[in-house]
Amino acid sequence: MTTINLPTIMRQHTGGAKKITASGRTVGEVFSAVGHDYPKLGEQLTSPEGGLPVFVNVFLDDEDIRYLDGLDTPVDERSDITILPAVAGG
Amino acid sequence: MTTRLAAGMREQMIKHAYACHPEESCGLLAGPSDGDVQLVFPTTNILRSSTNYTIDPREHLSAIREADAAEMEIIGVFHSHPHTVGYPSVTDVSLAPDPTWVYLVVGMENYESPSVRGFRIRDGEITEEVLEFEESIT
Repeated sequence: MTTINLPTIMRQHTGGAKKITASGRTVGEVFSAVGHDYPKLGEQLTSPEGGLPVFVNVFLDDEDIRYLDGLDTPVDERSDITILPAVAGG
Repeated sequence: MTTRLAAGMREQMIKHAYACHPEESCGLLAGPSDGDVQLVFPTTNILRSSTNYTIDPREHLSAIREADAAEMEIIGVFHSHPHTVGYPSVTDVSLAPDPTWVYLVVGMENYESPSVRGFRIRDGEITEEVLEFEESIT
């Protein structure tokens, strides 16, 4: 199972859990499994077009998956995914 | 509401604002999830802009790991307005990522004497926070 670390804003969808686990061969498959267990959270992990949402950053271990293969990036059971809200303003 | 910070944190945020001027500075704040600010993480504004900021996601990840190791959470963000007052802009409100965070703004309309003000931003509503800078908050 891959571990997914959640920011505080998303923990409202997991009963307050800071970390959850899910199975899959890629980040996208893991997110689909997350969406099965936590539908509201799943909605925030993919855009309506099926890609990564603009204001969410996803790291696989130490790497931003936008610079890997995005949602097609392979994962294994030792992988650690961290989801971060984009922090921006003016 | 009141947020307490160590006295040196005010100077730390202002120093970062000067270092980044005329671009906007930015950074993250950590502490217990329902407590006071105990760590300040100055970060890079990857936009290198005088009117907008985006925190470097890699530095955000590093800050989260450091906060985790100290059994803390990211509880807020600070940034500067290099030429205007320290009050959230329309962009700040529209992009505010977390309603539980405190949002600090370093206002540099008076370059020689910057201000640091704090706010909560929930559902588009801005509420000013009382900031108490103390010698020791632990």
